[in-house]
Amino acid sequence: MTQHGETNPKSEERIGVYVCHCGTNIAGVVDVQGVAEWAASQLEHRGVVIGRDYKFMCSSLGQELIEKDIKELGLTRVVVAACSPHLHEATFRTACKNAGLNPYLCELVSIREQVSWVHTDKAMATAKSKAMISGGVERVIRHAPLEPLRVPIHPDTMVVGGGIAGIQSALEIADAGYHVYLVEREPSIGGHMAQFDKTFPTLDCSACILTPKMVQVGTHPNITMLTWSEVEKVDGFVGNFTVTVRKKARKIIEELCTGCGICQEKCPKKVIDDVYEAGLGYRKAVYTPFPQAVPKYPVMDVPNCTYFEKGTCKACEKFCPTNAIDFKQQDEILTLQVGAIVLATGYDLFDARRVTNYGYGRLPNVFTSLEFERLSNAAGPTNGNIVLRDGKTTPKSVGIVHCVGSRDRNFNNYCSVICCMQGLKFAHLVHERTGAIVYNFYIDMRTAYKAYDEFYQRVLEEGTLFVRGKVAEITDVARRPDEDGHLIVQVEDTLASKQRRIPVDMVILSTGLQPRYDAKETAKRFGLSCSADGWFIEKHPKLDPISTMTEGIYIAGCVQGPKDIPSSVAQGAAAAARVLGKIQQREISIEPVRASVNQDQCSGCRICNNLCPYNAISFVEDRAVSQVNAALCQGCGTCVAACPAGAISGTAFSNAQILAQIEGLMMLNLEEPVTA
Amino acid sequence: MTDKFEPTIIGFTCNWCSYRAADLAGTARIKYPPNVRLVRLMCSGRLDPTFVFKALSSGADGVIITGCHPGECHYLEQNYKALRRFQLMKRTLVGLGLEPGRVKLIWASAAEGAKFASEINTFVEEIRALGPLHWGIPSDALPVSSVALEEVPA
Repeated sequence: MTQHGETNPKSEERIGVYVCHCGTNIAGVVDVQGVAEWAASQLEHRGVVIGRDYKFMCSSLGQELIEKDIKELGLTRVVVAACSPHLHEATFRTACKNAGLNPYLCELVSIREQVSWVHTDKAMATAKSKAMISGGVERVIRHAPLEPLRVPIHPDTMVVGGGIAGIQSALEIADAGYHVYLVEREPSIGGHMAQFDKTFPTLDCSACILTPKMVQVGTHPNITMLTWSEVEKVDGFVGNFTVTVRKKARKIIEELCTGCGICQEKCPKKVIDDVYEAGLGYRKAVYTPFPQAVPKYPVMDVPNCTYFEKGTCKACEKFCPTNAIDFKQQDEILTLQVGAIVLATGYDLFDARRVTNYGYGRLPNVFTSLEFERLSNAAGPTNGNIVLRDGKTTPKSVGIVHCVGSRDRNFNNYCSVICCMQGLKFAHLVHERTGAIVYNFYIDMRTAYKAYDEFYQRVLEEGTLFVRGKVAEITDVARRPDEDGHLIVQVEDTLASKQRRIPVDMVILSTGLQPRYDAKETAKRFGLSCSADGWFIEKHPKLDPISTMTEGIYIAGCVQGPKDIPSSVAQGAAAAARVLGKIQQREISIEPVRASVNQDQCSGCRICNNLCPYNAISFVEDRAVSQVNAALCQGCGTCVAACPAGAISGTAFSNAQILAQIEGLMMLNLEEPVTA
Repeated sequence: MTDKFEPTIIGFTCNWCSYRAADLAGTARIKYPPNVRLVRLMCSGRLDPTFVFKALSSGADGVIITGCHPGECHYLEQNYKALRRFQLMKRTLVGLGLEPGRVKLIWASAAEGAKFASEINTFVEEIRALGPLHWGIPSDALPVSSVALEEVPA
């Protein structure tokens, strides 16, 4: 541990302090010029030889300024007071490296995110910036030159989630010649897109564009499909993940099964299909969710199987021509080595029951969007006939309610992106197939993106009626004779400033998207974080919506936030590009933030041994000292903090660095007169 | 500047959650008082109690330690170790005759910029209410500690 006396020796270093204006982002609140001048004059005894301010330090001119000073003034340390190190640390490290200075001898002080953007009092903000720079200077003096660690990248990749985003990602990587494990928890890949009939705005048949891709995945020599499987555990780090996957027992021997479908035909047990058919249709207890499923092998629904329930039946086994049924099959645990992971686990539909005033679940002829997708699907439970819950009556009037569960402070604040277009698509399909009068109830019509607004115009021209206003209630309690036997949509028409009661036969709720019910656990398993809404957080909302805070793990599709099919495909492909870029480097640099034990100081007390979550610390019996395995260490520093002898040090975050930073931060008190 | 006591607070943040929460508070322009100065650590588990005592002895009036929510640690479980050390530290503070409220531990995920800002707000007010720490003042000038020795937890 650094002692008091030695924290402030006269510094031998030659330090440059660079204060960024960031346009007016920082300069609007902090007196940047004053701060730079103060650093040069007041911190001179600490080794600061130059203090500069510049409009945009991160620009190439700003970087050149630093590089020039390093060369001409012989700087040995650099402090940049600008934005968060998470944004531009790499930029300034590279600048140092270009000028021949070890990149780890640079320290970033975040006076934008931590000062100018969050404080309004200019004098106090300026004083705080000075204190922070003083902390940065003290810290940087104790920086040591470091070399990034080089680790090899395992060339295999895992894609989790077999919806359209995951499929795209897997295909891109596999086509480039690398091996992919595609993990999907349902019996077939395809995701939500496989449930749709038509896709907006072009009205292509969803199956027609999706199934060829599914077949490609199924037959690709570089893709190992693990359907009916779930990731249980992820260990390791970028380039070297070890993933434990549970391959749930299908009770079908895949090697023998030909996918002929006789078992499904013969199975006597009918089960309501809550997943694929959204509760509108039936499947058997042994089933493939839909005819084009990939892989073609069925799965056995053990809780619903008559044999597992009563001990007799085995109809499937009797009729299976290839003896592929195996009632004794157990779950398999696979341990796979991969270099990168793409998470494309998708979304759940908002549960429309939560909006009680819309009556879903209580009023039979209120449908969710997914139910309508199945209803309108030619391969669906009604063969594509749009009918009421009784299964035969064609509606004469249909109300489509937008923003169900979205843009609503009672449920989700965000816009689910796809619901407007989805509602318009439904309007078109109802119109085309039933000739019914269609009302769309919307708050705002959001038809951004290519050819979307044109589709809106088309639906308008088809004669769909649009009412701007949030639906207050859907009820079956009639007030007027013409409302008898109908559902009544109570809505404020905000364009006409009128309350309206519109009787309809059928209501379709354009339900929004929400994170998977188990998104939090998934995030934890992969070491990611979720936003307050529950979507996975990307590394940067604009510039890096593919990466996550955990290097080597990428996100694609709706797991990152609501999006339509083209965006999901684009993100899936982008994630693949990132993975391929990593694989082709063969080796990757990682931050040299690691702990190490000074064996001369180690007393062998073993306090640290049990603290490491990665089992990186082992005890050397013959010398009675502990040692850290740098390959396993992730650099959290818990052991460093725990060592009573101060024998463990953490590179880049040593005790000396942090204690000095604290001292530097405290050199200026807010109450002291501000000199600027 | 106002006549109000402006405390100086050192905040320790975890690189993965609370430091990013501070970044997010910035990006979202959520205001909080400038009394806090942050130190980035890789993990709240890196927090050596010495850092806290160093901050207090160097003139800070309070210390706020921020980490990932329980169960969400980037390094699996090191925030629990921070929690354990925090409990111990509070005892030590009482033993030293300091108000345990001068050191606070909060959880803030990378998504909780608003929470981070509001926790800072609250803590600054709490420390303002506690008043300054009298470091550097000769011990005979300080009021006699009101905590009897017997009451100090072992």
